[in-house]
Amino acid sequence: MTATDDDRRVDPGSPAVAELPDTEKLPEAVSLETEEGRRLAAQLADEKARHARKLLEVRDLSTQFFTKDGVVHAVDRVSFELDYGETLGLVGESGCGKSVTALSLTRLVPDPPGKITSGEVIFDGVDIMKLSSEEMRLLRGKRIGFIFQDPMTSLNPTLTIGFQIAESARLHLGLSNRAANDRAVELLSKVGIPRARDRMGDYPHQFSGGMRQRVMIAIALACDPMLLLADEPTTALDVTIQAQILELIRSLSDEFGTAVILITHDLGIAAGMCHRVNVMYAGQIVETGVVDDLFENPRMPYAWGLLDSLPRLDEERGSRLRTIEGMPPDLIHVGDDCRFAPRCPYSRDICLEDEPQLTEREGPDHLARCWGTEPGRAWIE
Amino acid sequence: MTTYIIRRVAWLIPVVFVVSVITFLLMHAAPGTPFQPVSDRPLPPAVIERLEEQFGLNEPIYIQYVNWVGNILQGDLGPSYRIRGRGVSDIIADNMWASVQLGTMSFALAVILGIPLGVIAALRQNKWPDYLSTFISVIGIATPSFVLAVLLVLIFSVTLHWFPTSGWRGPEYWVLPVVALSGYGIAQVARYTRASMLEVTRRDYVRTAQSKGLKERSIVTVHMLRNAFIPVVTILGPLLAGLITGSFVVESVFAIPGIGRFFVDAIFQRDYGLIMAVTLLYAVLIAVMNLVVDVAYAWIDPRIRYS
Ligand SMILES: Nc1ncnc2c1ncn2[C@@H]1O[C@H](COP(=O)(O)OP(=O)(O)O)[C@@H](O)[C@H]1O
Ligand code: SF4
Ligand SMILES: [Mg+2]
Repeated sequence: MTATDDDRRVDPGSPAVAELPDTEKLPEAVSLETEEGRRLAAQLADEKARHARKLLEVRDLSTQFFTKDGVVHAVDRVSFELDYGETLGLVGESGCGKSVTALSLTRLVPDPPGKITSGEVIFDGVDIMKLSSEEMRLLRGKRIGFIFQDPMTSLNPTLTIGFQIAESARLHLGLSNRAANDRAVELLSKVGIPRARDRMGDYPHQFSGGMRQRVMIAIALACDPMLLLADEPTTALDVTIQAQILELIRSLSDEFGTAVILITHDLGIAAGMCHRVNVMYAGQIVETGVVDDLFENPRMPYAWGLLDSLPRLDEERGSRLRTIEGMPPDLIHVGDDCRFAPRCPYSRDICLEDEPQLTEREGPDHLARCWGTEPGRAWIE
Repeated sequence: MTTYIIRRVAWLIPVVFVVSVITFLLMHAAPGTPFQPVSDRPLPPAVIERLEEQFGLNEPIYIQYVNWVGNILQGDLGPSYRIRGRGVSDIIADNMWASVQLGTMSFALAVILGIPLGVIAALRQNKWPDYLSTFISVIGIATPSFVLAVLLVLIFSVTLHWFPTSGWRGPEYWVLPVVALSGYGIAQVARYTRASMLEVTRRDYVRTAQSKGLKERSIVTVHMLRNAFIPVVTILGPLLAGLITGSFVVESVFAIPGIGRFFVDAIFQRDYGLIMAVTLLYAVLIAVMNLVVDVAYAWIDPRIRYS
């Protein structure tokens, strides 16, 4: 696994995009009298505004499924931020709400039975919850690309891959058939499909799983999006192929300056790919921090459990918790408690009586949701 | 694709051969001959002998088969044993056309109405268009074509005088028989299309299409319909064959000069020459229909085309 690659990780405070432009200098350089000058000024102001904000701000996002058995609290008051060009990991066991979080960001939660019940999602300065469905559609594929878990089923078996890649370029970028095809060929060779032009007319079943995931990546990047949502992009693939696909996502997102939300249940993958990691449990973020910080000093028993299921050389942490016993809770019967309490070896009465909140640990960049490590009352060492 | 079609066409030859042998043997194994009718006035043995000689029925059976096939290959389907002076080829040529028209028009109507009904029902699942479509399907499947035919005649001919009650002389004569015959087909196609569309809606590639920001309309037409057609196509072959061979009831109700009626008559009269010819004809028709369906199937689904 590409577990350590330090030059990839940049300080989360300094986004991996160009230097902050200085609008103060503008009047000397260009005149606002001319059209060109005004355009440049507007562009610079726009850039400056971008640097002042995040690419993505998610606040109190909740998504529920209204099923016969009850309301499934799949995503529960999730908040996080993402810088332009940053790679963020969303990590947790299966069923903890990672996919639904990603789907909610693009408003693709199947409705019925799903509904986004609260929250704000500010994407590039726009609250997407307030967009009309048509405006939302124009963001999808163009500004936000999606890679799904299973490349065997995520491509349309009756359409050529060339068509499937060119389709969104034609739609969103207004390219002619020929230009869209050329772009598709270019993308195909970029994602490492040999003889790209010859393979445009081939159908998905003529490709291996790894190759199909490359095609999927080409589709997701067809319009050069600002954000790539990669939902377990390698889970369905052979271990040998996994590293190649991750490397591809990494190099292309670097090249295009694309921010990535990488969903995985494998902390090792997140460690190798991400600047920050959000650990999710039972629909909530239970810990978030910069990768090094989180791995060095996790502040929540569930995160320890995840870390300890990683193969590692130092046995230091093994004494605390080897594997996480038990199952994640069902998300219908949730109450005012710590959702991890039934599985937590450190739980005390307060954990069952009151819900812990995401609070700071050793600085504003590292948050955890745990009474046992809550400053002032911590009992876990 | 071309090799696929050639392969499939080549398959027709053994299929038709086997069907012809079976038909021939069955007819000859059947008790009685065309000249021993169940009537109170049997023909004298000498007459029967002369008749059998005339039709070549006294030859060994394989010679008879070879003769029969040889004649068919020359376009002669042999004599009718009952209808004096007319060859089976003539009878079929005179009556086939109406049946083929009736069958294909009913098939076309079943597809043209059934598919949109199914698609709309699926897209408006559990809303009134869905309920309406399901209602039509249930009625269509539960009502036999002769009941529908009689109902249609009562309402639109006898009461409203919109269409003639019987005959096959022009478009206004076609409407009621075609509707009567296609009712079941419309219902079946709609039902399959709806189920298939609903199934496709849940597929991952549809979610991919949505994540690409495609318009609702192109998601349905480009990404869903083609996939949804795949299971529907498999029922179209049997449906078309059924419409063409099963049209005799409707042909009777509307007095349409079709082959179906002749076939029924031929069976009652033990007109083996005609029965064999029509059976063989139906067999070839069904085989060709299946071929067409398979080719359509391969055309829609590249996974078949390339294997
Ligand atoms: N269409 C749906 N209907 C009902 N419940 C759903 C649906 N999709 C997801 N869920 C529920 O939402 C929760 C979170 O699922 P998901 O986000 O897919 O988890 P994961 O972290 O494995 O991606 C699960 O409990 C799941 O059962
Ligand atoms: S709040 Fe209590 S039960 Fe929950 S993780 Fe912390 S110690 Fe364990
Ligand atoms: Mg998932």
